[in-house]
Amino acid sequence: MARSHVFMPMSILLILALVLGACAPVPASPAAPGEAPAAAAPVSAVELRITWYDDGNEGAVLRDLLDRFEAANPDIRVIIDTVPYASGILETLPIQLEAGQGPDMARVTQLGVLSKYMLDLRPYLSNPAYWEENFGPFLKWMQTSPDGNAIPGFMTQLTVTGPFINRTLFEQAGVAVPSDSSDQVTWQEWAAAARQVADATGTFALAMDRSGHRLAGPAISMGAKYFNEEGYPSLVGDEGFKAMAQLMVDWHADGTMIPEVWIGSGGSYQAANEPFINGQLVMYMSGSWQVGQFAEKIGDAFDWEAVPNPCGPGGCTGMPGGAALVAINTTKHPEAVARVMEYLTDEEVMSEFYARTLFIPGHLGLAAKGVDFQTDLPQAKKSLEVFAAEVGKLAPLAYDLQAYKYNTILFNATRDRLTQVFTGELTLDEAIQKMQEDIDAGIAAAQK
Amino acid sequence: MTTRSQPALPPERLTLGAFLGRIFFSIYSGLMTAVELVIDPIQRVIGVNRMAYFFVLPNLLIFGIFVLFPMVLNIYYSFTGGVNLFPQNRPFVGLANFQQIFSCANFLDPNSCREDRFWRGLYNTAFYVVFQVGGMVAFSMLTAVVLNRSILGRGFFRSVFFYPVLLSPVVVAMIWKWILQRDGLINAMLVSLGMERIVFFLHANWAVFWVIFISIWAQMGFYTLILLAGLQSIPRELYEAAEMDGAHRLQSFRHITLPLWAPTLLVVLVLSVIRAVQVFDQVWVLTGGGPGTATLYVVQYIYETAFANQIQQFGLASAASVILGVILLILTLFQLRIGRQSDIA
Repeated sequence: MARSHVFMPMSILLILALVLGACAPVPASPAAPGEAPAAAAPVSAVELRITWYDDGNEGAVLRDLLDRFEAANPDIRVIIDTVPYASGILETLPIQLEAGQGPDMARVTQLGVLSKYMLDLRPYLSNPAYWEENFGPFLKWMQTSPDGNAIPGFMTQLTVTGPFINRTLFEQAGVAVPSDSSDQVTWQEWAAAARQVADATGTFALAMDRSGHRLAGPAISMGAKYFNEEGYPSLVGDEGFKAMAQLMVDWHADGTMIPEVWIGSGGSYQAANEPFINGQLVMYMSGSWQVGQFAEKIGDAFDWEAVPNPCGPGGCTGMPGGAALVAINTTKHPEAVARVMEYLTDEEVMSEFYARTLFIPGHLGLAAKGVDFQTDLPQAKKSLEVFAAEVGKLAPLAYDLQAYKYNTILFNATRDRLTQVFTGELTLDEAIQKMQEDIDAGIAAAQK
Repeated sequence: MTTRSQPALPPERLTLGAFLGRIFFSIYSGLMTAVELVIDPIQRVIGVNRMAYFFVLPNLLIFGIFVLFPMVLNIYYSFTGGVNLFPQNRPFVGLANFQQIFSCANFLDPNSCREDRFWRGLYNTAFYVVFQVGGMVAFSMLTAVVLNRSILGRGFFRSVFFYPVLLSPVVVAMIWKWILQRDGLINAMLVSLGMERIVFFLHANWAVFWVIFISIWAQMGFYTLILLAGLQSIPRELYEAAEMDGAHRLQSFRHITLPLWAPTLLVVLVLSVIRAVQVFDQVWVLTGGGPGTATLYVVQYIYETAFANQIQQFGLASAASVILGVILLILTLFQLRIGRQSDIA
């Protein structure tokens, strides 16, 4: 009995001691004699987070560059949160930004729609003129209004959409590559040649990323206008757009296009990297950002290369685009963000970044000087040359469409409704009508 | 005279078990004392009779914060428009979102509706509920009846049927995707038998079939277990009495098993209907709602409208979820009513 009287207060004291002990700060363990103190970050180090996605090796290259930055700037620590492109960047990030819970910086592609969450770095930059000089045309894509002059970030890559071919399959099939003998090959000619190769080699002829952006270049080439005279998106009555859409319908119906990408992917973005990398695809309409990944994953296993964009009545254009690293306006450390941005946009650092990632430079100075891409792979070098040449051939409408603030509404509507035509749920005319309704509703909601 | 000193007692030996027991007892006593310190004054203030409210308060708070409040907020959102997330920044639009959803020339033809994807999703969900719930209840009943008999390896089979329930829906979807894709297991078998490949997820009927089949496979074990428990609670004497009266097995099943099993069946039916109407994650990974919109269900429409589209229409998505909630409420009340009527009968 007496023992239990002693136990109870003692146990209460023990629990209290444990709880208080757990709450107490843990003292740093002293360095052992003769041992140098650990190189810990200073107590006042600012921690910045970047939400990032990878097409190839760019995340690793960025980490390497930031490690050097951190060594020289011990008061700043940068953490890269790598997320999947579709679910992380396209779906989750906008919600985080709207909720005010975004990172300090993010790598994004939907520049117009997200511009309202971007921080204008101009007041924090030591030399805004450098940014205007080297990123000027691309900064227009990041403005909340057409006359804006904010500097929210820089292009980690400039992209151009365009097709890749598997030349080895052409050789195996004994079919001539159309672009070897002509500068202006139509989409129909390419499709016919790819079909011949596919039939002879037991592969798939054609694939296009499931994306309205990827469709836009070929559509403009076929004469699509996308906008009416008032500059408002208008697809009903756009004969060029309908012609390209009809080609897509026909290619899906006759088996020219690999069906899994558009029909079998539900409602989201889908690439066709896997069949191309596996040598199962003759022609793949994608873009310049794939070069690094193909160099790494295909290497010289077969001959692959980019070819110029096919032509139509409206020209031979792809779509410009790209990804930008932008500052987010909810950051608590705008000065530190600006320092990181200034370091990354330094010409020498940018040159190394583009050279190692095999990205087309989104820095005008470097684009003019040229980047010494770090690859000995002839396939990659040739592809980069083709895409660099394509930049100069892009139609003005392609730039206008890319700069249009609500272009993602338009791209998603075309992508999803066109898929319903492939599966027989809608006729092409019904689908175009539905695209227009989706665009109108989306823009109206965005403007409320 | 010499005095004999008393021999010293040997020190008490403390075994490890006893030592740990003392420590646990001390901690337990300490905790109970601490609880008493809190409970006693409260009980004195509010009285013993009201202590029940005190004990359910934490649960009520959790329910209020994580269920009731979001539900009310969702209803409010359904009357607002725009793309802003926070309620104070969202303009009130009245019934505009509901009008948009119900804007249809012909409700039986989704193409004639402004929100045709909602109606496609709704009809797909109705089809899914009928066939998935029907199939699952039938298979679960059959399995429960078989597993209730003394068959060889009964314990093993019970585990086997329950095992898929332990898997995450995403894992289930990934496994089946690998089995069913163009270069998957089934096609490898078909090709090895000299047959043509079938790319299941490119054909609407196949996609719908597999979505229903896989969900039955994944969830059946759970409902089988409930039904099995229901079967085992039926007294054996009733069967023995029926046997003595000359009833054969089918009559016993019809007149003893089914009536006494009905309450359990009703629970299974209500739970499976609610779960079927909420179908999303597994199908999202498996087909993404495709091909086209063949396996697009209402919850996916809500998710895409609110989160996946670049312009997030939270108001429209909330209106759709309110409509779904009302449908679910009606269905559940209807089921409960039928259950009560059968009880009375």
